[in-house]
Amino acid sequence: MSARLSGTLNCVRRSTAVRSTSSTTALRSNSQTWRRWQSISQRPGSDRVHFPGAVNSRFTTSLNFQGTSADSAMPTYRILDQDGIVVDRNRAPLDVTDDQALRWYKDMLTVSIMDNIMFEAQRQGRLSFYMVSAGEEGIAVGSAAALLPDDVIFAQYRETGVFQTRGFTLDDFMSQLFANKHDSGRARNMPVHYGSRKLNIHTISSPLATQIPQAAGAAYALKMQDAGNPDRPLDKRRVVACYFGEGAASEGDFHGALNIAATRSCPVIFICRNNGYAISTSTLEQYRGDGIASRGIGYGIDTIRVDGNDIFAVREATARAREMALRDGGKPVLIEAMSYRVSHHSTSDDSYAYRAKVEVEDWKRRDNPITRLRKWMENKGVWDEAKEQEARSRIRKEVLGAFAKAEKEKRPPLRAMFEDVYAEMTEEAEGQVQQLKDVLKRYPNEYDLGDYDGGLDGLEKKPR
Amino acid sequence: MTARCSRSLQCLSIFARSTKSKVAPHRTYSSAAPANARLNLPVDFSSTPILHQSSKSILANPELPESVRKNSKTTRTNLFQAVNSALRHALSTDDRVLLFGEDVAFGGVFRCSMNLSTDFGSERVFNTPLCEQAIVGFAIGCAAEGMKPVAEIQFADYVYPAFDQLVNEAAKMRYRAGGTGMDCGGMVVRMPTGSVGHGALYHSQSPESLFTHIPGLRVIIPRSPSQAKGLLLAAIASPDPVIFMEPKVLYRAAVEQVPNDPYTLPLDKADILKTGQDITVISYGTPLYHCSNAIEAAEKDFGVSCELIDLRTIYPWDRKTVLESVSKTGRAIVVHESMVNAGVGAEVAATIQEGAFLRLEAPVQRVCGWSTHMGMAYEKFNIPDVVRIYDSIRKVAHY
Ligand SMILES: Cc1ncc(C[n+]2csc(CCOP(=O)(O)OP(=O)(O)O)c2C)c(N)n1
Ligand SMILES: [Mg+2]
Repeated sequence: MSARLSGTLNCVRRSTAVRSTSSTTALRSNSQTWRRWQSISQRPGSDRVHFPGAVNSRFTTSLNFQGTSADSAMPTYRILDQDGIVVDRNRAPLDVTDDQALRWYKDMLTVSIMDNIMFEAQRQGRLSFYMVSAGEEGIAVGSAAALLPDDVIFAQYRETGVFQTRGFTLDDFMSQLFANKHDSGRARNMPVHYGSRKLNIHTISSPLATQIPQAAGAAYALKMQDAGNPDRPLDKRRVVACYFGEGAASEGDFHGALNIAATRSCPVIFICRNNGYAISTSTLEQYRGDGIASRGIGYGIDTIRVDGNDIFAVREATARAREMALRDGGKPVLIEAMSYRVSHHSTSDDSYAYRAKVEVEDWKRRDNPITRLRKWMENKGVWDEAKEQEARSRIRKEVLGAFAKAEKEKRPPLRAMFEDVYAEMTEEAEGQVQQLKDVLKRYPNEYDLGDYDGGLDGLEKKPR
Repeated sequence: MTARCSRSLQCLSIFARSTKSKVAPHRTYSSAAPANARLNLPVDFSSTPILHQSSKSILANPELPESVRKNSKTTRTNLFQAVNSALRHALSTDDRVLLFGEDVAFGGVFRCSMNLSTDFGSERVFNTPLCEQAIVGFAIGCAAEGMKPVAEIQFADYVYPAFDQLVNEAAKMRYRAGGTGMDCGGMVVRMPTGSVGHGALYHSQSPESLFTHIPGLRVIIPRSPSQAKGLLLAAIASPDPVIFMEPKVLYRAAVEQVPNDPYTLPLDKADILKTGQDITVISYGTPLYHCSNAIEAAEKDFGVSCELIDLRTIYPWDRKTVLESVSKTGRAIVVHESMVNAGVGAEVAATIQEGAFLRLEAPVQRVCGWSTHMGMAYEKFNIPDVVRIYDSIRKVAHY
């Protein structure tokens, strides 16, 4: 490209930069673009390409298509081995207190016990649907343990441990699962689609990957709000954490999200749970590259792959990612946490229709985030079989207590069917409420309103 | 678990430990019909006139080719099996037919593609990555170069990432290409649709009207196994791209006699399921069963006679059959699950108003989903039930 031509392009860029906006952030990144554009003028005799789309690529005379190979796969970071022993004896001491480890262990155990109970409850027809996290409790609890309460979270659905770790109570879980009037989602969503403003976790949405670009946007919002805010010194600045499965990462939304997060320097941690399956589709059919991690590199995003069965590794990687995400004005980081989906996809799925039972049994025997941490605690002498039994039976009792209470509760008032579509109910919808009320009144034997708070009266407008 | 202690802690802990699930008198997620209900009863699929309960009845269908009516054996088949049988026939008679989508290889989450990958090979029946825009774009490309792709979207609720491919590409390809003669006919995009009672926001949507707004796409919704088989084979044979929406609550519930031999059904004809003199009820898919029950009760109670029409092809649609019927009856009700606002009912009602105004004895009624989302705990109050259809018949009868 000739100097004259690039000069023209520069002019075009500069004039857009001047016109575009007065926001300082925007100006800064426009001036970065400006510098990059200036650097593309090719010096005579240079050994590098200065194309605007690849500003520092070496010339080569060997005709060589780069590919991937199995030996070039990105390594997987771990701290503990399967027996709960620290692998690198020379590493700095773990910054984990016994209390912390015990708390994370109980969080994982709670998720696991609740999962077993609710799976069985679904089989009895007490709820329509459930999804367990078996094998992935460590990813959720470990990453959440590294986040701050003010950080904002977008989840997929297999991150019950994130909710548990941040303080979602058993009553909160059960109210959502039984769609009762205490469910903050107002009994509108399928089971396990939790959400909490208090805990800064956006309500889970079934359509896959939609949360990923939203997380980038939310991170940009936090960055704009926190920059220069005296209440948010550097150590109080917020990040967004966004969870998704390796299957969801095939959606266009994933790719758009990583690219926009990188170009807008958004402080967001993308946490991919790679559990080997998307329903029946194994990763062999899902992608051909080196997992999801390799894609981060492609988008210019700092990336790490971690052992999802090692809660310490997940937690440490997330803590580091959090620091990186806030450094230098912010940037996205991608974590690919490897695990195995031990359970069926959901209660609607029978995974033995597409994978052998022995495959699952092998995995279960080989490794698991809960037993790994348990072994570490036992090695340290802070846990034993008696404590295990006591913890299990106490958690079971607590879960069953919340279960029994939530199952009896009424559903929200019927009016909740129409509310929250718009901030204010439209005149059209108000008319429909009246139409429905009219039908329910004239055909009382045809409807059972006893389950709904206030019965027929629940259609009336009430101050909320 | 016994009735005595169903809610107690001890009993709950028993169920969690037990391997066998016992039925307990707790609130189930799908509540039974109220004790004294007369109208809002569950559809009895073993007696509904919407389904062909006997071989004789299905083979009397004049739309079937004569050879089928004369010679075909029939089998009791549910809707997913009927779809499977149509796909099997298409794959075995035309090498150009391909079948793909998320989790299709092991049979699909609704079992529609069971055994097809094994029998026809993974080159022709395969899993795709989890990406609807890629699935539909890929299908368009296959069709544009002479194949007959049948793409599956796992739920109609998840078709939106592919909206651009459908609306801007599939629908417009022939028009855009003009004299080049290039198009993507032969492409069929199948998707399970409609309410199941507990699917909530993202497993119970009926997005057909988003596609009926788009000239260039054919939108089809079958009501039964025998209809699904014939309409799906016609869709695969069609020179136009087709969106084929399968009411998922009917996959297992709707069982009827279906001819074993292949056959197609017309893509330009509504189906008059029951003739009548006073009121025309127009619907498609699952609500037809509720319409049928409502009509039965209303005819007894009000002494009216109702005609029931299944649109089946929602767009382009058979305006003539509907206008002729309403010209005869003078009263019309349109019933569908999806939201009333800008729904299919609006198009049908406006067409009736334009084409049969002087014959109308009452305003055209729409009995549809309300203008809200499908909140889980409220589904049965949201979609049209027998009572609302019955009440609408009462209203127009006495207008
Ligand atoms: C857009 C969209 N397409 C399809 C589905 C149906 N679906 C739900 S979960 C799932 C598999 C997701 O796999 P993955 O992202 O790996 O998460 P995992 O279940 O393994 O945790 C599919 C296909 C959906 N919910 N949304
Ligand atoms: Mg997965």
